[in-house]
Amino acid sequence: MTPSRAPRPSAGASASESALSRLSRLLTMVPWLVNRQGIDLEDAAAGLGITVEQLEADLNLLFVCGYGQMPDELIDADWEGGQVYLRNADTIARPLRLGLDEAVALTVGLRALLAVPGLGERDAVERALAKLEAATGAVGAATSSLDVDLSSDVDEGLLSRARAAAEQHRRVQLTYHVPGRDESTQRAVDPLRVITMDGRWYLEGWCHRAEGMRMFRLDRVEAFEVTDEDGTLPPDARPRDLGQGIFQPDDADELVTLVLERPARWIIDYYPVEAVRDLGGGRTEIDLRTADTGWLVRLVLRQGGQVTVTTPARLAQAVRDAAEAALEGYAAG
Amino acid sequence: MSAPSAPAIKTERLLNLVLVLLSTRRPLTKAQIRKVVPQYASAPNDEAFDRTFERDKDELRELGIPLATEDLSDGWSEEQGYRIDQREYALPDLTFERDELAVLGLASRAWTQASLGGAAAQALRKLRAADVEPDEESLIGLEPRLRTVEPSFEALKDAALRRVQVSFDYRRPDSDETMTRRVQPWRVLLWHGRWYLTGHDLDRDAPRVFRLSRVAGKVRTSGKPGAYDVPADHDPHLMVSRSARPAEPHPADLRVREGRGHLLRRRAGTIEDLGDGWSRVRVDFVDVEEMAAEIASFAADVVVESPTELRDAVRDRLTAAAHAHGGAR
Repeated sequence: MTPSRAPRPSAGASASESALSRLSRLLTMVPWLVNRQGIDLEDAAAGLGITVEQLEADLNLLFVCGYGQMPDELIDADWEGGQVYLRNADTIARPLRLGLDEAVALTVGLRALLAVPGLGERDAVERALAKLEAATGAVGAATSSLDVDLSSDVDEGLLSRARAAAEQHRRVQLTYHVPGRDESTQRAVDPLRVITMDGRWYLEGWCHRAEGMRMFRLDRVEAFEVTDEDGTLPPDARPRDLGQGIFQPDDADELVTLVLERPARWIIDYYPVEAVRDLGGGRTEIDLRTADTGWLVRLVLRQGGQVTVTTPARLAQAVRDAAEAALEGYAAG
Repeated sequence: MSAPSAPAIKTERLLNLVLVLLSTRRPLTKAQIRKVVPQYASAPNDEAFDRTFERDKDELRELGIPLATEDLSDGWSEEQGYRIDQREYALPDLTFERDELAVLGLASRAWTQASLGGAAAQALRKLRAADVEPDEESLIGLEPRLRTVEPSFEALKDAALRRVQVSFDYRRPDSDETMTRRVQPWRVLLWHGRWYLTGHDLDRDAPRVFRLSRVAGKVRTSGKPGAYDVPADHDPHLMVSRSARPAEPHPADLRVREGRGHLLRRRAGTIEDLGDGWSRVRVDFVDVEEMAAEIASFAADVVVESPTELRDAVRDRLTAAAHAHGGAR
């Protein structure tokens, strides 16, 4: 048996979950269930962020544990009728204090909220932070080792109007600049939420022009008007999962192969890349999908020779044509 | 039912140990613990039991469980006793208002990556263990997301939290060359969408800022946690912004085609209509290469008039891009 090293508590369980992180999860699960006696198995699993199978496996494990091995000393777990009851678990009926990573993750998350310009809930965030800091004690002091600064050049007025429109479900009329085409477009959008990520602010919402969910960078919004129309999203509209970043490709998009020189390797981290091949000598070949080849031509020009389009040939030609046309402007001087 | 896996047996053993030590009022000796935790009873000999018990103690402490040792020695024998104090173990009673819970929910979802995201979700579940009201967090309509794509993040965050000295290979900005740096980490900071480490560089014997995206390969730790102090007056925001924001802005004069270059027009100091389908746009810039990259992306719609160094930088980029794609120039 390999001893597990530093604990990595996870929201859910997985096949690779270590004994220690499972223990940590169980010590959190028991107080949660004790306060929700008779909760439906499915609801409990959902609330705990795990599958029903995992929850049953966990209950089976709890059932054989206790402060002694006499029946009245063991934890009593019962989920026969589809409702979960935990008895004789008084010993661990209160949650363990927050661990270092737990305290850090929440505290820094709250501080990130405080860093949001013009946040109306500032007072609630400060109260929550104060209570959390009081509860975490010595562990809390270490949380200052991790810090976030979300200041950016975002227009505060625009930010708060976008948020208000999302909260009140009001349709907005945007004049939005599309850098891939360097043109302004008019769009009616039903806003869902305002997001900040990677140093930029976005409005996510249902775009009536594209008939789909879209992210709009606030620094590219040229005009923003809140209309009187109802902006409730279509029932099948889903927010994006942001785990992979803001950009998300579609299978219908064009597959493009690029060769990156060393300084352009950051592209791998910032866009959803389908394949990465090391060519040696610091060069990397990547595949990515994009619906907007105009955007890609601009990206390649911007990198000035550090990014080369290999396929499709049509796109490589487009880069060459654009670069040569631009150089005309300098021919006279 | 199939036989429990090795990790499952270990989880049972650790959970039983926690239950036993929490429920006892008097410290238990190792021999007593061995009798009452069934998974220890199966240890083949004293040595195997000792080894497992020692490791279990360490691991429980790593989880933050306050496993205390008390001296039970008397005149005849030396003996240690162990217990966990319920008051030290349990999260203090906390009552959060509805609006506080809403912002806590939001804060817990700020991390997009698994490690801190999972820790945040678990922390919230602890804080809300006794609170069965449904949450109202979806009302806020605003979500800061903290993303960590840099592979070195996890190790450097842990090192800064625990104040452990590290060494790592650090890439120069524009080449594959790396140099080994030995650092006492102070803070890990997200600034303008990028993660930075501040700390004391042991070889240069001076404070330095490092970009996490330039750390290559594994981060190695050395020495004990808490081995040094972070200077009381350390201001990571100031240090990172100074290192990342050089110099005064300079003005550039650009010719921009009518109806194009919206981003440049929006931050222009002055815009003059030249009457031939072009405007002259004056924009301030700080970094020549960054500005040249932006202008090159507009292709034939923007031409630099001055300064010369910016003009040359744009021309170089465009020439390199044309070359890379089989262009003649």
